[in-house]
Amino acid sequence: MYEIIEGFLEAIRLIVTLDPDVMAIAARSIIISLTATIIATLFAVPLGAAINFSTFPGKKSLINLIQTLYSLPTVVVGLLIFLLISRVGPFGFLRLLFTPTAMVIAQTVLVLPILTGLTISALSGVDPVIRDTLYSLGATRLQFLINIMKEARFAILAAVAVGFGRAISEVGAAILVGGNIMASSFASSTRVLTTAISLETSMGNISQSIALGIVLLVIALGVNLAIARVQHR
Amino acid sequence: MIELDSVSKNFDDTTVLAGVTGQVNRGEIFAVIGPSGAGKSTLLRLIDLLDTPTEGTIRINGLDIHADKERRLSIRRMMGMVFQKPAVFNTTVTENIAVGLRFRGTSKSEIHTRIEEALDTVGLAGYGERRARTLSGGEMQRVALARAMVIEPEVLLMDEPTANLDPVSVEMIEELVIRINRDLGTTILFSTHDMYQGQRLAHRIGVLMDGTFAQVGTPREVFTLPASRNVARFVGIENVVDGVVVAAEDGMSAVDIGNARIRARSSFSRGERVSLCIRSEDIRIAPAIRGRRVFDGNILPGTVTSVVPRGPFSRVTVDCGFPLSSVLSWKAVEDLDLREGSQVTASFTAASVHVVRAGED
Repeated sequence: MYEIIEGFLEAIRLIVTLDPDVMAIAARSIIISLTATIIATLFAVPLGAAINFSTFPGKKSLINLIQTLYSLPTVVVGLLIFLLISRVGPFGFLRLLFTPTAMVIAQTVLVLPILTGLTISALSGVDPVIRDTLYSLGATRLQFLINIMKEARFAILAAVAVGFGRAISEVGAAILVGGNIMASSFASSTRVLTTAISLETSMGNISQSIALGIVLLVIALGVNLAIARVQHR
Repeated sequence: MIELDSVSKNFDDTTVLAGVTGQVNRGEIFAVIGPSGAGKSTLLRLIDLLDTPTEGTIRINGLDIHADKERRLSIRRMMGMVFQKPAVFNTTVTENIAVGLRFRGTSKSEIHTRIEEALDTVGLAGYGERRARTLSGGEMQRVALARAMVIEPEVLLMDEPTANLDPVSVEMIEELVIRINRDLGTTILFSTHDMYQGQRLAHRIGVLMDGTFAQVGTPREVFTLPASRNVARFVGIENVVDGVVVAAEDGMSAVDIGNARIRARSSFSRGERVSLCIRSEDIRIAPAIRGRRVFDGNILPGTVTSVVPRGPFSRVTVDCGFPLSSVLSWKAVEDLDLREGSQVTASFTAASVHVVRAGED
């Protein structure tokens, strides 16, 4: 018990004094996961819109499949990307394994289904009367799409936040394709909050782990508060 | 202006519209009235190109609006529509009203002027910067009306625009409908299940029942000379009785309704099966003993079966061999000392009986 309290106090000290190691890991986490979320958003929102606003056989099954992929195990995604970019894999020549780029790719793949699925939900959640109103006001197809997106903007934003939350909190893919490397330069290191917590804990550095855990929670909290603020405006 | 030619619409196995034929003239207010589920919304949606008819054609200015996909947008842009459920975009009131104008590429200054005018017209001046979602249902519906109005449509379609609104908002919207039609000459086609609203606003009414127009006419025609038993019922004629014409002469006929004979003005001939529609306001109730003979009229002895308050009046139902309902003031009920079991005579003139051919229903 004493050890935990001690660790907790030490953790506070690490955060308050902006410990360079902790801050670097936190910053790297945010950069990697944010990049992955942005890339995934760029794909998922148009894809979700395309699926939602078109009719084709098997549409329901496709949406079901996408929703099933919400719970895609992170290690499975990690493994998949690992196989693709490892030295013997088809993209091995790109030399991406154990780089932040590999982590961005894995996290993008990981959050793509959630973002796509939640975009579909967001768009289909727009009141049908709003859709009819847009058409009745003489919207072209493009004007219609833009305005429906505007109507669903908060729900889409919430989807992006959920995606970011999943990306920054996952550990399986990050460790498999990133490797938890602490290199001399910031850009070539792959140690992020989750992988660092896992390592520090196994090494017995409880205070370091708790500090990193708190930072992770604060980031999650910050994202949620930001979203809530936008939605209440 | 708008011609409906045998317009039908099926959704899967359900027939919603079964050959609607009619015409809306330029500059008029046309009301589509009918019970819920009669297909009023579907008809308006077909006209606004939000849906396609299964059969039949809809022409605006002689042009089949569903024929040419290329022209859909320009046809739709001639029209504005207000929906039953007040729906606003999640932004300011001003931005809501601007949407249609932005779609048309109207200049900023023009949009600004038109919005200010529109806000003024619908009584929401000063509401421009408010978030539309925070408004009341009635205010939202006025925003929806302003939004449809600023694009200056040739035709304004309104699908039960005042259903679910408070009485004050209903009155405001009704006034606006009349003003828009009068001041801008906009052709207005609206649907309602409130027959009195149809009567208040419309130049002409189409009664939509079972997927077709059971009757099209002026409010006066529809309310006093309903075309069928069903229409009579819908426009609030409480006494509808079936019978057979047993004698006919000079526009007068005697109709046997089983246990009584009713004299009525009609040109039906002997042997025809008819329905008699008698407005309860036209029925007089008198004490049994003082029943004077009314020239040309019907006097039926009977027993009061119920006295039910209805607003400032009371509805008195008399069993004359068939139930006949009448409307009396509270004072009249008191003076005549009417109560369940009172012996009375019910009388009405032959002219107050409207005779229609008995339907299959």
